[in-house]
Amino acid sequence: MLILNINGERKSVDVPDDMPLLWVLRDVIGLTGTKFGCGIAQCGACTVHLDGLAVRSCVLPVSAVGDKAITTIEGVGASEVGRKVQQAWLAIEVVQCGYCQSGQIMSATALLAGTPAPSDAQIDAAMSGNICRCGTYVRIREAIKQAATGRKLVPQTIPNEAAAASSGTDAPGQAFLSVRQEDAA
Amino acid sequence: MKPARILLAALGVVVAGAVAFSAYALLTVGDGRETGAPQPAAAGAPANLTDPVARGEYLARAADCIACHTVPGGQAFAGGVAFKTPFGTLYSTNITADKATGIGDWSDEDFVRALHAGVRKDGKPLYPAFPYTSYTALSRDDILAIKAYLFSLPPAHAPARANALGFPYNQRWALSFWNVLFLKKARFEPVEGKSAAWNRGAYLATALGHCEECHTPRNALFAVKRSQALSGEVLQGWKAYNITADKTYGIGGWTDRQLADYLSTGHAAGRGTASGPMGEVVQNSLQYLTPEDIGALVAYLRAVEPRQGAAGSELNEQPPLALASTADAPGAEELARGGLGQHLFQGACAGCHLWNGQGRQSAEAALLGTQAVNDPAAYNLTQVILHGTTLQTAHGQTSMPSFGRAYTDTEVAALGNFVLTHFGGKQAGLTAEEVAKRRAQ
Amino acid sequence: MNTRPDLLPGEGPDNPSRRQALKTGGLVVAFLWLGGGAKVLGRAGQPGRIEAGDPAFAPNAYIRVGAGGAVHLVMPSIEMGQGAYTGQATLLAEEMDLGLDQIVVEHAPANRRLYANPLVGEQATGGSTTIRYCWTTLRQAGAAARSLLVAAAAARWKVEPAQCTVTRGVIRHEASGRSAGYGEVAAAAARLPVPERVVEKDPGAFALIGKPLRRVDTAGKVDGSLPFGIDIRVPGMKVATVRACPTIGGKLLAVDDARARQVPGFVAIVKIDNAVAAIGEHFWAAKQALAALDIRWDHGPHASFSTEQLFKELADASRNGTPILAREVGNVDGVKGKAVEATYELPLLAHTTMEPLNTVVHVRPDGCEIWTGTQVPARAVDVAAKVTGLKPETIVVHNQYMGGGFGRRLFEDSIEQAVAFARQVDYPLKVVWTREEDLAQDRYRPAYHDRIAATLDAEGRPVAWRDRITSASVLAKFAPGAMGKNGLDSDAVEGAAELPYEVPNLKVEWVRHDLPEGLHPGWWRGVGPAHNVFVVEGFVDELAHAAGKDPVAYRRDLLQKNPRALGVLDLAASKAGWGAGTLPPRVGRGVALATPFGSYLCVIVEVEVSPQGGIALRRAVAAVDCGVVVNPNTVEAQIQGGLIFGWTAALYNGITIRNGAVEQSNFNDYRMMRINETPPIEVHIVDSKEVPGGIGETGTVMAFPSLINALFAATGVRLRKYPIDRSALVQGADALKAVVTEAFDEAATAVAKGAA
Ligand code: FES
Ligand code: FES
Repeated sequence: MLILNINGERKSVDVPDDMPLLWVLRDVIGLTGTKFGCGIAQCGACTVHLDGLAVRSCVLPVSAVGDKAITTIEGVGASEVGRKVQQAWLAIEVVQCGYCQSGQIMSATALLAGTPAPSDAQIDAAMSGNICRCGTYVRIREAIKQAATGRKLVPQTIPNEAAAASSGTDAPGQAFLSVRQEDAA
Repeated sequence: MKPARILLAALGVVVAGAVAFSAYALLTVGDGRETGAPQPAAAGAPANLTDPVARGEYLARAADCIACHTVPGGQAFAGGVAFKTPFGTLYSTNITADKATGIGDWSDEDFVRALHAGVRKDGKPLYPAFPYTSYTALSRDDILAIKAYLFSLPPAHAPARANALGFPYNQRWALSFWNVLFLKKARFEPVEGKSAAWNRGAYLATALGHCEECHTPRNALFAVKRSQALSGEVLQGWKAYNITADKTYGIGGWTDRQLADYLSTGHAAGRGTASGPMGEVVQNSLQYLTPEDIGALVAYLRAVEPRQGAAGSELNEQPPLALASTADAPGAEELARGGLGQHLFQGACAGCHLWNGQGRQSAEAALLGTQAVNDPAAYNLTQVILHGTTLQTAHGQTSMPSFGRAYTDTEVAALGNFVLTHFGGKQAGLTAEEVAKRRAQ
Repeated sequence: MNTRPDLLPGEGPDNPSRRQALKTGGLVVAFLWLGGGAKVLGRAGQPGRIEAGDPAFAPNAYIRVGAGGAVHLVMPSIEMGQGAYTGQATLLAEEMDLGLDQIVVEHAPANRRLYANPLVGEQATGGSTTIRYCWTTLRQAGAAARSLLVAAAAARWKVEPAQCTVTRGVIRHEASGRSAGYGEVAAAAARLPVPERVVEKDPGAFALIGKPLRRVDTAGKVDGSLPFGIDIRVPGMKVATVRACPTIGGKLLAVDDARARQVPGFVAIVKIDNAVAAIGEHFWAAKQALAALDIRWDHGPHASFSTEQLFKELADASRNGTPILAREVGNVDGVKGKAVEATYELPLLAHTTMEPLNTVVHVRPDGCEIWTGTQVPARAVDVAAKVTGLKPETIVVHNQYMGGGFGRRLFEDSIEQAVAFARQVDYPLKVVWTREEDLAQDRYRPAYHDRIAATLDAEGRPVAWRDRITSASVLAKFAPGAMGKNGLDSDAVEGAAELPYEVPNLKVEWVRHDLPEGLHPGWWRGVGPAHNVFVVEGFVDELAHAAGKDPVAYRRDLLQKNPRALGVLDLAASKAGWGAGTLPPRVGRGVALATPFGSYLCVIVEVEVSPQGGIALRRAVAAVDCGVVVNPNTVEAQIQGGLIFGWTAALYNGITIRNGAVEQSNFNDYRMMRINETPPIEVHIVDSKEVPGGIGETGTVMAFPSLINALFAATGVRLRKYPIDRSALVQGADALKAVVTEAFDEAATAVAKGAA
């Protein structure tokens, strides 16, 4: 039985020592925001933080985690930097299919936590381990800079909510965030 | 696959030798038959193994028979492994107890003679790709224990593949001359005044484990140079490192714990991870040795006379560029300098190895202080980049994928140079042309 | 209805005028054949299956308004990253006068009758058709819904509907100061007859269309909350991973699972004809168990097949096979002038969607549920019915967000396989392919061998043009009945048969050469044009060179009767600064122009090549005329992403086969472009009132020729194959003797990023 510290919560899991953290998160604990893309540390889709450092969880045996703090995409928004990164990602509309983006956001957050104003070269050094098959790299670079500077650097996506006040909907301002998932038990 | 021992060049030279000497040689080699000496205390399997087959299994592992006699995914000991040499290709033979295609009808004497004298059942010499020059030191009891183990396994019907050697290397008889010069048929003799552990280690390292076959430089006739024992050698593009007690070039700076860890698990903290042929030795052989035997090996290696070796890898444990890096990024100056190697490292490598060389997900990925990143010729570094590496032990599996297919010679050279400079503080000298040569090896 | 007649469904796939009107390639034709003529327009449709509760108002298959006012929109096309949900929701919301934030989008259930794409007659997403067909159908659907809701309110207030306005779903009658939300009148609206005719909004009144609105699917993609197919967890579910015979057409002989049984968490193995799956409590157990299986294969009849053999066969078929005429204009024979000819070869390509293929299946005696991300939900039902013998109406497909499609999820093979495994167990089974399996068992974009030739007049203009394409046929595999009467695969020649340029005499032919049985050709992002535009635009560059003309000027000359194409050419050239200033040595710019999927594009790429053949992309400029733009943000993203997708293939990709098996295994040897290789990509969109063209695949189409033409400009080396042989770009043998430490695109990166 291992005790893991995930997003500030302690979880005990009964899994083989050599099981990569990725599968403990996804298949045992049910935190599926961390993605599987290659299993050989080449794509970065599985990136999580271990004590703030970005790691590829697909090749990290769970037994090597010890009592280090694990942060996943589900928890990264709890930090100021993580929240800013997520906001910039939305403002610049980085996401296409979105499958790589958990990993991208985790790598970007780790970068900005240590290097608050990264240069292009520093962005490359930190982000080149994350593959995006949809090719969102141009906007990833822009979003990191925006998150770092807090300034709008490129034309922003117009928020969907219009200025008009009354809406008459069940869940004003929030509904667009979700797709019904009653199928996904 | 275990590297072929490139001894065959000797043949060409020897064939050109004097006919008189040849005649003399043929008369003196004899058939190698001899009866046993008493079993020395340093020999044998651990005492707690009482079952003769289990003893044989332990010894067969210590001698790493399986590596050369088993094709990946094939039946154990059925042979067929190809040894590509500059002179052609040799195939290992079936050493299961199959009567038609293996060694099922070999007598004890036949088997002992093969290991002690390098002669097969029909009296013809074996190619010294088979390390009988080391096995000749094995005790008769140990050899027969290995035979008992092999005969306890299911026989495999696997006819030998014909060697593809050109003239004159296909002339087996010529090996007799080589044996006259280089085969010292002698059993292991304990050295008085050395500890029991040292003697056991010596037996494991020289007779069973045949470390010298890879780690000792060879002369023009491709025989090992005893005067430079274990000071490192290059085989088929892989470097068997200097494992003498030299502090700068060998393993003199390693702690006992590091040595023991490396031998038994393939990884030592701060010293790197066994890859390529050495990874296979750990996987097939060393990981099965008892802690006592590992300790004995350590005791023996500790006492190997320090030698600098040719073109040694001077370990730099304070490489400035790696030390100036954080886990996530190289130092600003280095980053600003850019370069193709750095660029490639960013994408495919940094995620595991980290800019400061500490490894991240797995300790096995730590590069700092390893021989691989300190070898100015970048032999193993190039091979690992090209072909990847996998290490499977009782402690689990670690592997690095191969990058040879998708990366050009230029890219591999640039990456190798970057790694040497960054993690080993070495002047980098790889060229695309050199990588192309190693690719072909 | 003011639906354009050429978009009306129901005429049947064999109607030649309809096919002609679409002027589109094989993928679309395939679906026409598959779907028959479905009647799908809102008025005819009934609401699809509703999971929870009945909406108060559901005038057609796309729109459900609850009594509380919640508006749910059912998305007929699927979302795989291309922005389809946002585009579709925008069209509906525009006509309904809603904000995008006010709606909840839903995955459509599998239902051909309701959700077939009327352009293709099948419930399928592909061929860059979504906006092209939705432009009419969804605006009609939205306008109809709005008119009913307004009519209901007007009736209640006893006023004229025309005097009512709608803002963000609130109906107002200014004169009387009354207002009502959609929810309040939904029930009443449901009782009104659906109008025969509705008028769509005047473009001048668009509030949403044309604005860079935020996507509807992204919020849950930045916090990990939005599930993809691979994230689905069903109670009692076990997880499997698969190994199919690695050699083409091979079969499973026997499996020994003795070692697998030792794996903690191992559950069972299940077998089918050509594959085995290991089932575990979680993926890791399944993967470990799979690795521990001792499997014996019958390697089948193609165990010695190789890509070398394939290209030999293609070359041979090109010379000696039977050509099928795709298009002939004038007479190419006997035209006098300077002859130029070339042979191009294109490799097999894999999709490697970021999300590996996966399917959750629960087969029960009385039905089957499937959770997966598929581009063809209705076909998923078909295969599940076939495998299980269950009635199609007992099979439910819960479609999911996809981590990339690129054509891979147009094939239901992985779903069929998952059902075949799942029917052997009585619990829900999640089947997840490893990346290795994904590469080994893809539906590969076929390889091509194209011989192309032209005759130039005294001014260097092509007066005769021949193109003979040789390849396997995706269409023949996917939808054999959709092949042309003469046996033509329209996808194989799409982008080659119709040139944007004026060429008086032209002959385009195709020779069919099938892949060995068991090696399946597949649709790949950009389909026919991604193949043909590379060859055509590479060759046009060769012609410009042969004529001694500037590549942009040469194209301009040939586009005088094609104003939209000319427009994007001039726009891109001016934005890129074509012809202005001099470039450093081994830096070059390449141009490519094409009109794929009803859109007009010109892309200019600037590259730098190191002495050792290293390639750095410095900058790219795209000019796009895709008609009316629904969301410029999406257009820009699709061009950027599409270019990177194509460049990745051009630079690095190509599936090779040895001893009957694919050699590539994962991203280490099937290499992807990374952020540090990506140049700034400017996208300039032409303001246009034309009907929308497709966009999702166009960037990919343009990537190949723009890059190789730039490499020619930089080095003088003409590349007619990819993945690009970088050793061909080496500046003399001495460069390979140099120690490689040179700064990689250092200056270029600095310049380019400054420009960003
Ligand atoms: S899944 Fe871990 S890096 Fe790709
Ligand atoms: S957004 Fe699709 S892989 Fe990155």
